[in-house]
Amino acid sequence: MASYSLSHLKQLEAEAIYILRETAAQFENPGLLFSGGKDSIVMAHLAYKAFHPAKLPFPLVHVDTGHNFPETMDFRDRFVEKLGARLVVGSVQQSIDEGKVQEETGPDASRNALQTVTLLETIEKNEFDACLGGGRRDEEKARAKERFFSHRNDFGEWDPKNQRPELWNLFNGRKHIGENFRVFPLSNWTEMDIWQYIKEEDIELPSLYFAAERECLTRKGTILAISEFVQPREGEVVEKKSIRFRTMGDATITGAVESVAVDYDAIIEEVAAARQTERGNRADDKRSETSMEDRKKEGYF
Amino acid sequence: MDLLRFTTAGSVDDGKSTLIGRLLYDSKSIFEDQLEAVEVSSKKRGDEEVNLALLTDGLKAEREQGITIDVAYRYFATPKRKFIIADTPGHIQYTRNMVTGASTADLAIILIDARHGVIEQTKRHTFIANLLRIQHVVVAVNKMDLVDFSEERYNEIVEEYRELASRLGNIVNIEMIPISALRGDNVVDKSEKMPWYEGGTLLYHLENVYVGGTENHVEARFPVQWVIRPHSNEWHDFRGFAGRVAGGVFKPGDEVLALPSGFKSTIKTIHTADGDLEEAFAPQSVTITLNDEIDISRGDMIVKGNNPPKSTQDIEAMVCWFGEQPLQPRGKYIIRHTEQETKAVIQSLDYQVDINNFHKVEDATTLSMNDIGRIKLRTAKALHADPYAKNRHTGSFILVDASSNETVAAGMIVQP
Repeated sequence: MASYSLSHLKQLEAEAIYILRETAAQFENPGLLFSGGKDSIVMAHLAYKAFHPAKLPFPLVHVDTGHNFPETMDFRDRFVEKLGARLVVGSVQQSIDEGKVQEETGPDASRNALQTVTLLETIEKNEFDACLGGGRRDEEKARAKERFFSHRNDFGEWDPKNQRPELWNLFNGRKHIGENFRVFPLSNWTEMDIWQYIKEEDIELPSLYFAAERECLTRKGTILAISEFVQPREGEVVEKKSIRFRTMGDATITGAVESVAVDYDAIIEEVAAARQTERGNRADDKRSETSMEDRKKEGYF
Repeated sequence: MDLLRFTTAGSVDDGKSTLIGRLLYDSKSIFEDQLEAVEVSSKKRGDEEVNLALLTDGLKAEREQGITIDVAYRYFATPKRKFIIADTPGHIQYTRNMVTGASTADLAIILIDARHGVIEQTKRHTFIANLLRIQHVVVAVNKMDLVDFSEERYNEIVEEYRELASRLGNIVNIEMIPISALRGDNVVDKSEKMPWYEGGTLLYHLENVYVGGTENHVEARFPVQWVIRPHSNEWHDFRGFAGRVAGGVFKPGDEVLALPSGFKSTIKTIHTADGDLEEAFAPQSVTITLNDEIDISRGDMIVKGNNPPKSTQDIEAMVCWFGEQPLQPRGKYIIRHTEQETKAVIQSLDYQVDINNFHKVEDATTLSMNDIGRIKLRTAKALHADPYAKNRHTGSFILVDASSNETVAAGMIVQP
């Protein structure tokens, strides 16, 4: 008999496509959260595969912090056009202007926490009953306990002690009016799987993921790229270094790593040798031991 | 690279989280910042050594109480394999979590504390591995350091466990390994303290165990998940049935049967975004197009006529009860089986299993959370089902409470 086996990447792909189709089938009005980061790019690529040759049966949703790297936005618009998808944008700036949230002040201010408010508003306004997210369980310890179909109450909150069990391939997306779900098709992927898949599928990424000489400064041990939002403070020195980013977040807090990796192979090698997690230089995760769990309970991704 | 999914079970304080922490640590899957965070937490708690269990206990309540509450998923890879671990809690009240972890596992690690030997929990965990038909069980006899690495004590436990397992029939392969998760003996590196043990280390076993047989590649089953109709000029007449193969092999030209309609057709293409495939098998996600226009929608199943599943409204099954409210005799629930959702009524509770001694309790009147029993169900629409022993995908279901929407039971079909 022939041998019927799939590589680990093909198994993960088949699982993610299954979850994406299940989301389209079980919910009335899903949306795919698209940050412009590599995980959401991979997720959108998988969604394209799941429904081919039809177009995506749901829009891409971007919660825009206003603190973006300019490349990310260019990339987003080109990507959406290529996919022929619909784009919905929720703006943190608008939430601030409308007085719904107050911008953090002080030296470590970021818009990461404010995102949650804008996200929940965008969900409510567009009546999304499920939001697909690119979160992975290997990212952070609270995420390790997250379900594929993660139930949120009327206030968008997560109750980690009362999650629905998920058995076999059977997903229970039933809900009461006002409740919604977060769905994570990439739950079982690791950072390494993502990179290997990007290489195997030859998926285009924003240039910030690849090393280049960039102007930067070092703040509390974190390398930040100089931008409209990051300017040197007293005593800080602007240097030119060969750096790249492992994640794309709020430009004010997302740290870079020194690297010379300019292509997929070099990055995979770097990921294999890395001794720090990719969120290791995200200041938002360092605020306390359980800061991710706390933010998730509030409704963050 | 291939993939091994395994689950871990043990009672409280068996050192399960420590074992996983050790596997991750010794296989160099722990990052410096994670280790630093754990070192800081260990110090705060006043632990003498770095507490590796903190790597897996993610939630606040778990860290406070020093126990695992929920299934946590962990990932690591060696040059040989990629591993997905479902780490499940040991408390009796969390038995349902072990069932959850076991439902997607190819292998189960059951921990035994060398000081206590086979206890009630061990029986419970072995029963569940057997019920969920996990073919490979590794019994890790932990805390060997606390019994002076005694060969005699280890052999006693081996004998005790073999006797227990001989009373259950579905586990194909049992491997027993004496370890100390805390000290790292026989986890990744061979122990110098137990020269009398001639077998391989735990990691060696995980890397080399053969796990080919979880999917059924004989009886063709394709539950339809979603119908793809592009309505575009380029794909004007395209009508594809998207889903994940649940069994057997499908090829273009194959004669197939759609259930429940019974209409026949032949496969035109097996479509994917990367081009058409010559064949599709479990667990691939593909889109099938047919040569005839027949009415098929979500919840239907495409099969081959020579060995179809049984289409029936009457199901006999083993269930593990998950709900806070006990099973209602004659109660109505929503049943989800493959891509189909319909209603089901509990016709009878035939018996409950006392999983501490594997006895049948024939006069049971209900099942409470964490109980296991055999029931008869009648469904509103016919299910296209196989025995769980033949096919995990078409032989499993969940019951959902219609008012709370909670998942209240996991079922394994004995007789469709």
